[in-house]
Amino acid sequence: MNWTWFHRLASPPHVYALAARLTRWFAWPAALCIAAGLWGGLVLAPPDYLQGDGFRILYVHAPSAWMSLMVYVTMAGAAAIGLIWRMKVAHAVAASCAPIGASFTVAALVTGALWGQPMWGTYWEWDPRLTSELVLLFLYLGYMGLRAGIEDPQRADRASAMLAVVGVVNVPIIHYSVTWWNSLHQAPSVMRLAKPAMPLGMLVPLLLMLLGFTLFFIALLLTRLRGEVLARERTASWIREVVRA
Amino acid sequence: MNRSDGNIAQPLAALAPADPEMRTAACHRASALEAIRLALLRDLQLALRKRGQLVQPLAFFAMVTLLFPLAISPELARLRELAPGVVWVGALLGSLLALEFLFRDDAHDGTLEQYALSGQSLTALMTAKTIAHWLLTGLPLALMAPLAAVSLGVRTGALPGILLAVAVGSVALSLIGSIGAALTLGIKRSGALLSLLTLPLSLPVLIFGARATQLAIHGASFVAPLELLGALAVLGGTLAPLAAAAAVRISLE
Amino acid sequence: MPEHTIEVDNLHLWRGDRHVLRGVSFTVVRGGCLEVCGANGAGKTTLLRALCGLVYPEQGRILWNGEDVRHDLPAFHAALAYLGHEPPLKADLTARENLHYWIGVRRHLERSELDAALARVGARSWCEQLARTLSAGQRRRVALAGLTLLAVPLWLLDEPTTNLDGEGRALVAELVREQLARGGIVVAAVHQGLPSSVPNVTRLDLAA
Repeated sequence: MNWTWFHRLASPPHVYALAARLTRWFAWPAALCIAAGLWGGLVLAPPDYLQGDGFRILYVHAPSAWMSLMVYVTMAGAAAIGLIWRMKVAHAVAASCAPIGASFTVAALVTGALWGQPMWGTYWEWDPRLTSELVLLFLYLGYMGLRAGIEDPQRADRASAMLAVVGVVNVPIIHYSVTWWNSLHQAPSVMRLAKPAMPLGMLVPLLLMLLGFTLFFIALLLTRLRGEVLARERTASWIREVVRA
Repeated sequence: MNRSDGNIAQPLAALAPADPEMRTAACHRASALEAIRLALLRDLQLALRKRGQLVQPLAFFAMVTLLFPLAISPELARLRELAPGVVWVGALLGSLLALEFLFRDDAHDGTLEQYALSGQSLTALMTAKTIAHWLLTGLPLALMAPLAAVSLGVRTGALPGILLAVAVGSVALSLIGSIGAALTLGIKRSGALLSLLTLPLSLPVLIFGARATQLAIHGASFVAPLELLGALAVLGGTLAPLAAAAAVRISLE
Repeated sequence: MPEHTIEVDNLHLWRGDRHVLRGVSFTVVRGGCLEVCGANGAGKTTLLRALCGLVYPEQGRILWNGEDVRHDLPAFHAALAYLGHEPPLKADLTARENLHYWIGVRRHLERSELDAALARVGARSWCEQLARTLSAGQRRRVALAGLTLLAVPLWLLDEPTTNLDGEGRALVAELVREQLARGGIVVAAVHQGLPSSVPNVTRLDLAA
C-alpha cells in the first residue's frame, strides 16, 4: 500500500501549516455557538420549576463535564496511535490535549460546586458524578506529571501514552465503582438528555453549548498543537523559514 | 543471499552445524513456565536476603492503624465503624510503599534489559515479578489486616472475611501497581508521582474492598463485593502484565 | 550451510535533538567480528542497543539471516547475547546463583556446565561469594561465563574488556576467537580496540 500521502499529511511542517489554516474555521463557529447557547440558556430559557435560575449553571457545567471526558478519550486515542504507529504528531496531539482536558475538568468541578450550594446547601457533596470528575482530574495530573518527569522526550511521549491508554480502560471501571459506591444521588444530567425530560427551550441551548465547546476544544487543540510542534522541531530547518516568513 | 544448499529444512542442524554447544542450547531453550518459575524464585530469594525491606510495608500498615485511635478516639465502638477504611487505606499505602522497589533494582543492575532480550515473553516475566510482589507484600498485609481489625474493636467472627478481602484485593493492587512502577522507571524521585499514577486506578479496589470488609464486620454476606474484587483481579491479571511489559520496554529505549 | 549474517542498512537514530546515528551500514557474516570504535558520545552503545532491538531506529533496517529482525523479535533475541556496560548481576546473589537465574530463564542449564563455565573464567574459588563482594573485574568475568553458557550465535558486547587485567583481556580474546571459530558473530563496541589476537576483525568508526 502507498503510505506516502499519510506520512506527508503527518509531517510536522504540514501539520503546522494545516493547523494554522484550520483554526479559524473552528474558532469562529465555536464563538457563535457559545454566544447563541448562552443567550438561549441564560435569557430565553424559562426558569426551572424546582431550581429557579440556579439551574442555568448547567449550561457551563454539563458541557465542561462532557468535554473533560471527551478530551481524555481523544488524548488516549491519539496516544494509542502514537504508540502503535510511532507517529510523533499523534504524541504532540496527546500532549496538547492534556492541559485543555484538565482545564475543562477544573471548570466542571468548580461549576459543580457552585451549583451544589443552592441545590444541596453545600459546596461539596460526595456525589458520584463530582467524585468521578475529581478522579479524572487526578488522571490528567498523573499524565502531565509523568510527561514532565521523564527527561528523554521520546520516552516521555511513549510512557505517558501508555498511561493514557491504561487510564481510558480504567475510566469506565472507576465510574462504575463510584456509582456503585453511591447510587443514591440523581442520575448524571448528560444521561437525562437522552430522555425528553427537558423542555425544548432548555435543551436546544444546551446542545448549542455542547457543540460550541467541542468546536472551541478543536480550535484550542490546533493552537496548542502548533506550539507543541514548534517546540519539538525547534532545531529543524523548516522552522527557520516559518519564523522568517 | 546464498541459501541454496537445502539445509533450511533442518533448522536445528542449520543453527550451528559445526558446534554441538550451540545446538544443545537451541534444543534446551527454557519453556515460558520454567522462565516464570526461575524469575519468581529469584525475586523470592533476593527478598529473603534483604528481610529488612519485607518488614517495612507491615510496619507502615501497623503505624497507620495506630494513627487513627490517636487522632480520633480510643472508643472501640467508633473505631469499629471506621475499621474498613483504616484497614484498606493502610493496605493500599503499604502496598504502594513496596511498589517503588518492584523494578528499581532490576532496572539499575541490568536485569530488566536481560529479561527484555531473553527471547522469553516479557509479559510472562512481568507476571512472575507481580506474583513475587504479591507474595512478599500483599499476602503479609492480608495476614496482618485481621490484627489491625482486632485492635479497632472488630469481633473475631469477621476476621476471615477481612483476610479474604484484603488477600484478593491486594492481587489487584499489585497488578495495577506494576504498571505504575514500570512507567515511572528512570525517574529519579518517583515516589510521589507513582502514588499519583497508581492511587486513582486503585480506587475501585478500595471501594469494593472496604465494602466487603464493612459487610463482614456487620456479619452480612460480603460475596457480592468480593466477587467484584475477584473480577478486578482477573481483569488486572490479563491486562496489567501486558501493559507493564510495554512500559518496561519503553523505559529501556 | 546457511550463513548467519547480520546486516545493517542505513540506520538513523535521534536522541531528542541529537542525530546520533547517521546512516550506519555494515554486514557481518559467520565467523566475523565487527569492532565499533569512536569517541565517547559517538553512539557506540546506542548502536548496540539498536542492534538488539532495545532502541527503535527511526530509519533503516536490521536484518538477521536476511530477515528484518522486527518481524520476529523474540526469535532474534533467542539468538543473541547482549552485555552492557555493567555485568547484569544481582548484588545480593552469589556468582553461581546469578548465572543460575540469568541463564536459566533462557535455557536449561546442567550443574556441570555451570561448573565448567565458572572454572573457565577462573571463578572456581570465589563463585560462592555474593556479587556485591566481588571486584569489578571479577563481576566482568562472571558475565563472560554467562556469555559462553548462553551459547548463541550473535554476541553484542559493550566494552567487554573494561576493568579486566591482562589475563582477563586475553580471556576475552580467547572466548571471542572460539565464538568466531564455531561460526558465531561478534559485534563489540570498544574504546581501545580488541586485543590483536582476534582474527577476522572489521572496524567501524563512528564519528562523534
